[in-house]
Amino acid sequence: MAAAKTRTSTFSRNLSTAAPSHGPGLKCGPNGTIFLSSGIPDLDKILGGGFPLGSLVMVMEDAEAPHHMLLLRNFMAQGLVLGQPLLYSSPARDPRGFLGTLPSPAASKDDKSRERDPDQEKGLRIAWQYKKYFGENQLDGQRDGKHEYSNEFDLRKPLERHFINGPHIDCVSIQDCPDLSTLRDRFATFLSQFPRNNGSISCAGRIAIQSFCAPQCAYSNMEWDMLSFIRSLKSMVRSSNSVAIITFPPSLLSPSFCKRWQHMADTLLSVKAIQDEDKELAQLLTGYQDMVGFLNVHKVAGINTQVPVILEATTFSIKLQKRRYLVLECLNQAPVDGSSGTSYGTSGGCSSSSKTGNLDF
Amino acid sequence: MNQRSSNLLDEALGLDQVIEPWPLRGRVVAIEDQVETSGSFVLHHLLKCSLSPNSSNVTIFIAFSEPFSHYDRILRKLGCNLVSQRDNSRFFFFDMLKLQCPDGDEGITPEGGLIALYGKIHKTISALPEICWRNVSIIIDDLSLMEVAANGSSDYVLDFLHYCRTLTSEFDCSLITLNHEDIYSSEDRPTFFIQMEYLADILIKAEPLATGLATDVHGQLTVSNKGRNKVSNFHFKVKENVVECFYPGRSRG
Repeated sequence: MAAAKTRTSTFSRNLSTAAPSHGPGLKCGPNGTIFLSSGIPDLDKILGGGFPLGSLVMVMEDAEAPHHMLLLRNFMAQGLVLGQPLLYSSPARDPRGFLGTLPSPAASKDDKSRERDPDQEKGLRIAWQYKKYFGENQLDGQRDGKHEYSNEFDLRKPLERHFINGPHIDCVSIQDCPDLSTLRDRFATFLSQFPRNNGSISCAGRIAIQSFCAPQCAYSNMEWDMLSFIRSLKSMVRSSNSVAIITFPPSLLSPSFCKRWQHMADTLLSVKAIQDEDKELAQLLTGYQDMVGFLNVHKVAGINTQVPVILEATTFSIKLQKRRYLVLECLNQAPVDGSSGTSYGTSGGCSSSSKTGNLDF
Repeated sequence: MNQRSSNLLDEALGLDQVIEPWPLRGRVVAIEDQVETSGSFVLHHLLKCSLSPNSSNVTIFIAFSEPFSHYDRILRKLGCNLVSQRDNSRFFFFDMLKLQCPDGDEGITPEGGLIALYGKIHKTISALPEICWRNVSIIIDDLSLMEVAANGSSDYVLDFLHYCRTLTSEFDCSLITLNHEDIYSSEDRPTFFIQMEYLADILIKAEPLATGLATDVHGQLTVSNKGRNKVSNFHFKVKENVVECFYPGRSRG
């Protein structure tokens, strides 16, 4: 983060010209990047601020559960609330219907802070894990006006009609597209609204593609064509002020192509459902009852930098707080049980090693 | 800090003693990485070394993965200004982000795709004064995207690489490539990958630690130098302005 301070002097041009002229929902990040919110405040914190403009986010779906939809819904709803243009594409016949399921922002600011309170006292335990993110982001949020950057969404309340019927929303059914080049042209025209120049950024676009390699689509067996579509989408997004998010079921791809897709992503996430009544897991983790699944952060976008982002934990539990709010939390392993779960080895090792480092120092 | 004369990576590559004449000339260097650990910092390091003010190297950078601004910012933090190097004709940047080779046999025509790219590289080198020829590095970031651009015809990419390799013998320049190892690990016999490893004189592998990600150690590098018949292995930590390399357990936190 010290680097971020020196940068103000070396790269003052971008920051000074761009900072005052941000549209709503945008926020300066390190290395001259600009973030937009994922629609889940916790995810923004985990990723160090949000998704950087010009990045490609990929989400690996759980083949048996629609948890990726949670991420997509919040991402799209956040864009619509802020008036950012959206292009949504899915393998469904009527993608516009999906807009009806988007969540609405939590009622009012006071209400929200009240809702937040009970979480806060429970949050004491998380605080040390998140403290890295708390310091500056909280400040940023306050300065930019937190409500302008991101909202908390109430999953039980549908988004108001006037957001959904906005003029800058475009929906494409992948099934209707005869081939990928038509689809590519569609995206290209959408992205041409947000050319990147060094001046002001009035508006940022969001692209959401759901289940890209689903078998309903005619080209689902043309693996190279899909890859080159993603590649060209990525290069188009890179040169525009927008973020594209693609979800895909990795089980449908051959292992080597799955890896290729993963390499393509700037930010790589995966979601996984947890089975009901998994007794072993329930014993292992605290707060198991509220969990609906796990979110794994495999890769965090490193645009304009060579330093990898190493998170203190890579696995987070997805919880529905009061069945309304989507919350991500670090896993808290129950202290007693000696046999720790195998899959959390990475996160455990990560935090412990960084701790020892601090002590040595 | 920047002027630290050598580190383990430089040592393993033979860059620690002399930088002029360019120690990598006539060599093929293959960098391999994985989803968890990006190896692109090695590319940046080599680019920085080859553009250092003490040498007269010329670099041709073929970018399939990132735009110029990305490299420019990174190299600036490493203490190297790509824009001015470009103006001095020491750095040539080919933006291939949008390159899409035509399908099938049409791709073999000289106008489009990789053949045209090779023609451009060859022309760039030939246009340089003859003294510079021995000091040219060709850097490709990265090969897997090149395969995608060629619509999956790896043979076509291999042909291209063989052509580039002839450049290393014709002009005595060096070829540095990045590729992703894990893409090929599930394949039965990944011809493309095996051949590339065979062609390489120096093989650099970036891998995550078996114990998972850590803030103090970002991963491990294995450098096999076929010329010197030597394999070195060490840990690394990537910083904005330098790459720290150390033997396992020697991290300074």
